[in-house]
Amino acid sequence: MEILTRAKPLVRGVAEGEALVSREPLSFWGGYDHRTGEIIDRRHPLVGMRAAGRILGLPYARGSSTTTAVLLEALRAGTAPAAILTTGVDTFFALAAIVGEELFGTAFPVAAVDPRDFEQLPNGRWLRLEVDGTIYLVR
Amino acid sequence: MTLTLTDHEQSLLDGRAGPATQLAMRILVRMAELFEAGSFLPITRAHIDSAIYLGQATLEFAERLAELGAQVAVPTTLNVSGVDEHGWREWAVPAEWAENARRQMVAYERMGCRPTWTCAPYQSEEAPHFGEQIAWGESNAIVYANSVLGARTERYPDLLDICAAVAGRVPAFGLHLDANRAGDVLYNLRTIPLRWTQEDAFYPVLGFVVGAEAGDRVPVLDGLGVRPTADQLKAFGATAASSGNVGMFHWIGVTPEAPTRAAAFAGRAVPTAIDISPDRLRAARRELSTAGSGPLDLVVLGSPHFSLDEFRALAPLLQGRRRHRDVEFLVTTSRAVAHLARKAGLLDPFEAFGGRLTVDTCILASPMLPPSVHRLMTNSGKYAYYAPGMLGVEVAFGGLADCVESAVQGRATILEEPWSA
Repeated sequence: MEILTRAKPLVRGVAEGEALVSREPLSFWGGYDHRTGEIIDRRHPLVGMRAAGRILGLPYARGSSTTTAVLLEALRAGTAPAAILTTGVDTFFALAAIVGEELFGTAFPVAAVDPRDFEQLPNGRWLRLEVDGTIYLVR
Repeated sequence: MTLTLTDHEQSLLDGRAGPATQLAMRILVRMAELFEAGSFLPITRAHIDSAIYLGQATLEFAERLAELGAQVAVPTTLNVSGVDEHGWREWAVPAEWAENARRQMVAYERMGCRPTWTCAPYQSEEAPHFGEQIAWGESNAIVYANSVLGARTERYPDLLDICAAVAGRVPAFGLHLDANRAGDVLYNLRTIPLRWTQEDAFYPVLGFVVGAEAGDRVPVLDGLGVRPTADQLKAFGATAASSGNVGMFHWIGVTPEAPTRAAAFAGRAVPTAIDISPDRLRAARRELSTAGSGPLDLVVLGSPHFSLDEFRALAPLLQGRRRHRDVEFLVTTSRAVAHLARKAGLLDPFEAFGGRLTVDTCILASPMLPPSVHRLMTNSGKYAYYAPGMLGVEVAFGGLADCVESAVQGRATILEEPWSA
């Protein structure tokens, strides 16, 4: 497998899935339906896409502070992304995963990708994220 | 940077203040390590967004903390909940939702939080003072506290705000620290016609543009020869915190940490100003409306929650008039402001007009609107920003007078061609 990049793990874990990437930040409150795992912000380029089970790449969480609570609901309902890749230390995504671990014993990994490498993340390709943050291009 | 804990903080983490405080500290410590904070800071108050009911996970989180005996360590206010506790039956809220949302309210009240149930806590006696270190949730309240009041809070997400309140402390990072409160980017408003700035609708539109442009940087505004009111700054900040990640802004000569450009940039080099043009604002105003000028089902005001001053501005517009029979006229506000408005006689013309009040929550936080509502009008940039995606409705955006006129006419009516060249 080709190594795509080495990200900084914020919440450690292994995940594999199809990449769904946008350079536009997203508020999960009003932007993510935790019942279906679908992106519903009509102003966002990924509107209508289902992010559940995929490796979701977003530079950071926009706007509402309720983003973490929506993600926690998604985690409990099984509609969360398989992993989230950001461009920096995004507190909102990581917190949802940390509370998920503490409360339900389940989480999704979150990793910070160098902004230049983030630009190169291949939408629609199959990626694998390792515990140490290494991201492989599987196919 | 390595995180250093005081003996007291270590004892909280070791569970000597009980399992709830231990859980809160564990989450805070993990977050502090991500933020690369070197230590914790004591806080003097907190404002909790986590009480908003979304589903089983938020309810379980709240009830788990309450069952573990969590008690807030500092005076703590509550943001909106998922239901108008005493008024939900007048709307389309499913009974099961109302029951769960109410359980979540009770859980936070058991933790010692004050039942303020408002997203505008800064317009109450609970407002923090200049320089206070606080832990606030709710994006619009965060930006107001930092920018307009000069209190210091990072953008606390749901779930972390209550941890900070229970532990009485936060990681020393972000907007708590001088270094991160300086401006990053300068916007010049000098080309904007002065008459636009007299209109309330101007401020949410400006916020929409500045939020989208600034992203997660601290924007500095200059060159507008007016002093916005508290409600105008509230509308500006709330929309900027919707379209962007703005946790703080400076407005030269207006906000307390920005008497001059040099102060706003904390002595660093002032960057080249970017002009916000009238064309950009016209386009943004159009973008905030998804509906054309057709029949309306609802006119809704009050995101963030309507203030007493806003009720004062609204009352004379309603005098002697009545809403169209097919259009609901709704104001969302807090229990406290509703009570004050009643005492001040401001609800008499409102009720004669056919207006209805919802407290504790709002149309985005509670599934209160019946499915017959397809098109609504609002003067709130935050409602206009979120309602199409969250509620699947079309939105017309206009000023306060436009909203009243439209409620009377039964269709979206803009009194004048907005901002013609």
